[in-house]
Amino acid sequence: MRRSRPEKWSDYLPIAYPAAMLTAFFVVPFGIMVAVSFFERVQGGFYQPAFTLSNYARFLSVFFGEVLVFSLALAGAVSAICLIVGVPFTYRLTRLARRYQVAWLIVLLGVLSLSEVIIGFAWSTLLSRTAGLSNLFVAIGLMESPQAWSPGLGAVLTGLVYQAFPYTVLVLYPSFSRLNPALMEAARTLGASPLRGFLTVVLPAVRRTLVATFIIVFIFALGAYLLPQILGRPRHWTLSVLVTDQAIYQSNMPFAAAMAVFLVLASLLLVALAQLADRKEPAL
Amino acid sequence: MTWLGRAFFAALALFLALPIVVIAGVALNARKTLTFPPQGLSAEWYLSVFVDPDWRAALMHSVVIAALAAAISVSIAVPLAWFLWRRIAPWARIVQVIGVAPFILPPVITALGALTFWATAGAYGQSWTVVISHGIFFVSLPLVTVSLGFATIDREILEAGTTMGANDRILFRTVILPMIRPYIVSGFAFAFVLSLNEYIVAYMTVGFTLETIPIKIFNALRYGYTPTMAAVSVLFVGVAVMVFGLVARFGDLPKLLGAWSKGEGQ
Repeated sequence: MRRSRPEKWSDYLPIAYPAAMLTAFFVVPFGIMVAVSFFERVQGGFYQPAFTLSNYARFLSVFFGEVLVFSLALAGAVSAICLIVGVPFTYRLTRLARRYQVAWLIVLLGVLSLSEVIIGFAWSTLLSRTAGLSNLFVAIGLMESPQAWSPGLGAVLTGLVYQAFPYTVLVLYPSFSRLNPALMEAARTLGASPLRGFLTVVLPAVRRTLVATFIIVFIFALGAYLLPQILGRPRHWTLSVLVTDQAIYQSNMPFAAAMAVFLVLASLLLVALAQLADRKEPAL
Repeated sequence: MTWLGRAFFAALALFLALPIVVIAGVALNARKTLTFPPQGLSAEWYLSVFVDPDWRAALMHSVVIAALAAAISVSIAVPLAWFLWRRIAPWARIVQVIGVAPFILPPVITALGALTFWATAGAYGQSWTVVISHGIFFVSLPLVTVSLGFATIDREILEAGTTMGANDRILFRTVILPMIRPYIVSGFAFAFVLSLNEYIVAYMTVGFTLETIPIKIFNALRYGYTPTMAAVSVLFVGVAVMVFGLVARFGDLPKLLGAWSKGEGQ
């Protein structure tokens, strides 16, 4: 069956319902959120219609600037760590026998689907004084007494990397599994060591994918809304945590909405950059 | 693989498994404490997930919401993927992008959009709102798998069906649906597991009126730890691994995740 242009009105039927649902329950909510970002907050209540830029003006404060810089730096660090570990891992993974690949993919999907609540809870337990790793280190004589490593920046970073690592591998997986094995074989035949072959032949061949993956994982890390709150102190809160906090606990919907709009714009900009970077790799 | 490679894989396996092992152990404590290694052994906390009325109710909520939401996701994704595959209509790409957007953008955005929307519509806190919002949130998963399913269909087969007088409706029922069914099932499975674990959209839509498992764990985290929250977390890990294991058993997991099978591409 060749693809054809829709002609009769009934040809449009299949897309009518998906388009209606997505419009009603994603586009409209999104529009309302944008509208609310210009509304005024009402003390003790929700908000009232108005047109004010004061919610956006709050971005100019030192506090907001600090949160923004911290969020971006944290997401950048998480994305960098995930790529440094994930790239050699994924390359090796795609070279494994199929059944080992499948087993790893199941585990990675399992971790990826875990709720941020569960990841946060598990790591806060693991890094706690009463039930944590430090007890193990004390038992084998590496440490004098158990210590609490959470809350802290290290704990936030660990939790975020734990969450983003499976995502990184799954984003890299298609390009690496499609990579022509002849590339590495040729490099080896010409006398390159495996490491040298990987660094000078394989990586340059997928460099666009690497840049795109960095950005995609960056956005993913930027979206973490709970881990900085569970594993960190208030000074480790990111933009996403702040949006939740303003919306739920400070009941300042207009300001939360304004920050969310900002987050959308930042993400869209990054997605556009990723698309630009991920134009087709030169044919290999 | 060299020993260095093995050590690297083993270290990562340990990193991924360690938090799960610790909470699995913590949930075995005989008394109501979260210590590791556990003091005394008891299966009481694992059982309490099903016995304790509050936890059981939360579990039921989560499972029902996830099943209904995944069904909505699939019901949106299948006709959309079909239209994109069947028709030449560049504007339809916009609908596709909107379907994928909630998954790419930071989740708080979808959550806050849902909150303001349901509040404006006067339905804030109603339990069905989270079903619809989750259904929309996870459309991208079946959309990706089902589109992949359509891509595997040889258009010649359908050409043959058309020459023999079948219309689109008959072709869809007798040829296309059987061929894309595994992809629909995997899409449903992905959406189901992710909805089960989803916190922020659920919290911002029904957080104050209804408890799902992630909401209940978060509340326990704030207002009083109990080993049950560790037990239920382990249970959820088990469910995720089991579902993805089944998908791998009956489908082609590497292909679903974007690898080409032998002989294709290249």
